[in-house]
Amino acid sequence: MERTLAWQIATVTAIRPETARVKSFTLTLPNWVEQRAGQHYDVRLTAPDGYQAQRSYSVASEPERRGEIELTVERLEDGEVSTYMHDVLVVGDQIEVRGPIGGYFVWQAHLGGPLLLVAGGSGIVPLMAMLRHRAAIGSDVRTRLLFSSRTISDVIYSDELSRLTAEDNGKLEIFHTLTRAQPPSWSGYSRRIDRQMLTEVVAPLGPAPKTYVCGPTLLVESVANNLVQIGLDPAHVKTERFGPTGGVPRGG
Amino acid sequence: MAEVQRGFDEDESLDHALMVDGNAVAGLLYEIFAMEVTTGEAECVSCGKRAEIGSLLAFTQAPGVVLRCPRCENIVMRIVQTAEAIYLDARGVTYLRLDNLSRG
Ligand SMILES: Cc1cc2nc3c(=O)[nH]c(=O)nc-3n(C[C@H](O)[C@H](O)[C@H](O)COP(=O)(O)OP(=O)(O)OC[C@H]3O[C@@H](n4cnc5c(N)ncnc54)[C@H](O)[C@@H]3O)c2cc1C
Ligand SMILES: [Zn+2]
Repeated sequence: MERTLAWQIATVTAIRPETARVKSFTLTLPNWVEQRAGQHYDVRLTAPDGYQAQRSYSVASEPERRGEIELTVERLEDGEVSTYMHDVLVVGDQIEVRGPIGGYFVWQAHLGGPLLLVAGGSGIVPLMAMLRHRAAIGSDVRTRLLFSSRTISDVIYSDELSRLTAEDNGKLEIFHTLTRAQPPSWSGYSRRIDRQMLTEVVAPLGPAPKTYVCGPTLLVESVANNLVQIGLDPAHVKTERFGPTGGVPRGG
Repeated sequence: MAEVQRGFDEDESLDHALMVDGNAVAGLLYEIFAMEVTTGEAECVSCGKRAEIGSLLAFTQAPGVVLRCPRCENIVMRIVQTAEAIYLDARGVTYLRLDNLSRG
């Protein structure tokens, strides 16, 4: 690992839409350092007058993908940095980043499982890095993902998640909940994540799954409290709160 | 992470909707300690809770960053950056334990 976490200039080499409000950005880095799944980068924008805005973005890509990282960013109306990335950045542009950062919210195959992942909206991003890492090294750690999105078209990485499950030999299970609207014949959950839902998803994993919860702060808060109340050890429940933002509406 | 005895209530205050984890300010902490510290441990002066630094509650909206204890919400550390310096007020910790392994 680099001793100092220096800012570096990354180049945008690809931009891919994930949903109507979410895009993935591939960044090549002059000084790529292997990240651990779950870590993030800081992104810094500087205006001509010197004003700076800085935000954190989780790495979506797996550590096995070398020399570049992928960030997946949800566009927030009125958001300073996410709107810039969505509306202004084009392939070939440069952007200032530092990372990888944050050893706390990290899963590596040698940490074992079973693994419980709970995401709301763009909170899927660091958990996707864990799933991609798990697939890249052929880990067979038993894993369950509970993923909350508003509608079916808001499900980030939808095709890849289906493919990961199909290509896995039964050790990876994914549960979706759609909170706003469901397509006809929807067989997943249709409400915000609650204690009953968590109990159903957690039970087969036994008393001590390694647990990672990520998304908008209020969702993370509610999920983490419910998990502790259904008996998980707080020491095994790691959270990554994205702030007031993310793919799940506040309140209501 | 948050423990139940804190009695979190969604409507309690706007602050809680804005908070993130200690892990989210790992970059700033790295500037101060020149190492990865989110897997290190801080003991809260007020309640004695030993928490991973990444699991502290972080409030980043104020000028500077305030890190609070996940059990009692006492202020553990406060960090303010100016053009000339970084100020670290760590009155809320009895000790920090930082792993040698995360260095270098
Ligand atoms: C560790 C970490 C990892 C993250 N990873 C990702 C990721 O992978 N993908 C991703 O999309 N995001 C991620 N986030 C969130 C990201 O850092 C930004 O917070 C997000 O992109 C919004 O930034 P912005 O500048 O666009 O919006 P901002 O300008 O910060 O505004 C955000 C939104 O909140 C509202 N808002 C701002 N301040 C307040 C306030 N005081 N009260 C009420 N509402 C307010 C604004 O109106 C706006 O809609 C992560 C956050 C953290 C901490
Ligand atoms: Zn305390």
